[in-house]
Amino acid sequence: MTLEIIKPGLSTSIQDLGRPGYFHLGIPIGGAMDRFALRAANMLVGNAEDAAGLEAVFMGPEIKFTQDGVVAVTGAEMPITLDGESRACWASFDVKAGQVLGFGFLQSGARIYIAVSGGFATKPDLGSRSTYPIGSLGGLNGRPISAGDEIPIGEGGASHGGKSVPEDLRRRPGSPAELRVLPGLYWNRLTETAGQRFFEDMWTVAPEADRMGYRFKGGRPLEFVEREQPFGAGADPSNIVDGCYSYGSIQVPGGTEPIVLHRDAVSGGGYFTLGAIISADMDLIGQLQPNKLVRFVKVDMEQALAARKDRKELLSKIGRELG
Amino acid sequence: MKTRYTFGGDEHVYVEMDEEMSLDAFFKSLSMSNAVREANIPGVTEICPANASFQVKFDPDVTHPNDMLAQIKELEHKAEAAEKRLSTRIIEIPVFYQDPWTHDCVMRFRERHQDPSGTDLDYAARINGYDSVASFIEAHHSQPWFVSMVGFVAGLPFLYQLVEREKQLQVPKYLRPRTDTPKLTVGYGGCFSCVYSVRGAGGYQMFGITPMPIYDPEQSVSYLKDFMVFFKPGDIVKWKPIDQTEYDRVTAAVEAGTYVPRIAEVDFDLEEFNADMAGTNAKLMEALNDT
Repeated sequence: MTLEIIKPGLSTSIQDLGRPGYFHLGIPIGGAMDRFALRAANMLVGNAEDAAGLEAVFMGPEIKFTQDGVVAVTGAEMPITLDGESRACWASFDVKAGQVLGFGFLQSGARIYIAVSGGFATKPDLGSRSTYPIGSLGGLNGRPISAGDEIPIGEGGASHGGKSVPEDLRRRPGSPAELRVLPGLYWNRLTETAGQRFFEDMWTVAPEADRMGYRFKGGRPLEFVEREQPFGAGADPSNIVDGCYSYGSIQVPGGTEPIVLHRDAVSGGGYFTLGAIISADMDLIGQLQPNKLVRFVKVDMEQALAARKDRKELLSKIGRELG
Repeated sequence: MKTRYTFGGDEHVYVEMDEEMSLDAFFKSLSMSNAVREANIPGVTEICPANASFQVKFDPDVTHPNDMLAQIKELEHKAEAAEKRLSTRIIEIPVFYQDPWTHDCVMRFRERHQDPSGTDLDYAARINGYDSVASFIEAHHSQPWFVSMVGFVAGLPFLYQLVEREKQLQVPKYLRPRTDTPKLTVGYGGCFSCVYSVRGAGGYQMFGITPMPIYDPEQSVSYLKDFMVFFKPGDIVKWKPIDQTEYDRVTAAVEAGTYVPRIAEVDFDLEEFNADMAGTNAKLMEALNDT
C-alpha cells in the first residue's frame, strides 16, 4: 500500500534509528532526533522498534491513506485529527482507506513522530531509510517529503489500534530543560572559571537549531587557557587540529555560543569541544523549540550510565505495557 | 608526542595523539585505529581516524567505558612497535586551478575574505612568501599528499602534504564561512587541502576544481559502483594541473562512464620518507607512470 502526502509540513522526513558504521567517511548516523518517541510510536502500531516513520518539526503534514491501517503519533504535543475528528497522541488508532490525517498548531515540544503499521518501505541506503539530504541518502530519493509524494508502506504490524502509552512513561524536557553533560574531549582548553560558568548560566535555544545541531545563547563567553596555538590548528583559541566530533559533543566557536551536534552533524572539524551531552538526554534536545530555557548539568560517567539505564528501562516498561 | 585519552559522552573514547599536526601523529592515529579494528573489542560500532587523533564509538551496555578506554590504551604500545609501513595507493587527481566556477564563487563572497582586493590564490601565494600565483600553484601540486581524514560531510578528504614542516603551505579559513561552494572545489585551510565532495557551505580558501566526482550516492559513476565514497584515510594523492580542454574531456569521459582514474599500488615507509623525502616522493610519483 502507499499513502499520499497532501501537505508536507515544514521539513518532514522519513527517519528510522539511523545509519551507524560510516562516520569515518563523513556520513553521519542520522535517524530520529527523538528516538525514544519513534520507538514508542513503532511499538504502538506493532512494528519493529527500528522501523521507519515520519519526523515532522513544528508543523504536522496532511496525509491521505489509500488502505486501512493503524497509526500512532508521539513526541511533541500537537492536536491530531482524522477526517477532522480528534485523536489522542501517544496512542494508536485505526485508519480507513480514503481518510485524511491532519494536525493543529504545536503546543509544546518540537517534533512529532508518525508511525504506520507496516512501516515506511522506501529504499534503504547503507542500511537505513533515514533521510540525509546533504548526502542525498535515504528518504525519498535522498530528500524530505513534498506534496504529492506517494510513500510505500510495508506489510505487518498491528491490525487494530486502541493502545496508549501511560502518561508517566512518556518523556519530555522540563522547564527549564536540563541537559546532562559529561565534561571531556577538549575540556582542558577552558579556564576553571569558564568551566564553572558554563554550568551556572541559563541558556536559551537559538533560532539555528536543526538536525545538524542546536545552538544556544545567553550565557557568558568562555575563556580559554592561554597557549601558543599548535601547528595546523588555526589562530583562534577555540581552534584545534581538525578531529572527529562525538555525537552530542558541544563545540563553542570563538567561545561564545555552544552548539550541540546532533544526528546529521558534520563528522569532524576544527573547533574544540568541551564534552558531550549524555546519550540518555539526546532525545530531549529533539523536543526543544527556539527560545526555550536550558541549563547544562554536570554529571560523571556513573551518573551518565545510570541515566542511560533509566531510559532503557522506561522503554522496556512501554514494551511490557503494550504487550 | 603526548597521547591524551578522554571520553566523548558515555559512547565515545577520544584519543589525541598530539596537539599539533605532523605525519608522525597521523601515522600513529592510523595504526592505532587499525589496531582497535583488529582487536574486535565487543561493543565497538565506529572507528574514525582523523588527522592527529581518532575516535571510537561503542555501546557502553556491552563494554564499560573505563574498560573500553583501558583496552584501547593497551594497544598504544602495539601501534608504537608496529612498523611504520602502509600498503596503500597513489591516485592522480586532475585539478583545473583558477577555473571560472570557483573564481565566480571567490568573487561572490569577497566581503567575507581577509583580502577582498584579490583572489584566494593571490592571498595564499603572498602570505606564504611566493612571488607569483603560478609558483604557489606549483608548490601545491609538485609534491604528493596524504589523505589524513575523511569527513566533515560525506566523502570529503582532508589532505596533508608530504613535505618538511618549513615547506608546508598555511592559510587561514575565510573570516566568515561562505554559504556556497561549488561541488568538487579544491580548497585549503590551516595546513590542509580538501576536495568538497558536495556543494554547500564552506570556509576553506578556493584554489581550483577537479572534474573527477568523489562521492556518488547513486553509484552511477563507473569507478564508484562498488562504493559511493572514493577516498579513505591513508590514500596518497598527486594533483595534476589541467586546463579547460582537459577538464571538459575528463567531464565528458566521466559522464560516458569511460573515465578511469590513474591509480597505482604503493608501499609507504615513514622512516624511509623521513630519511629522504624528495627521493621517497619521486618513487611514489613514478609508480603512477607505470599505470
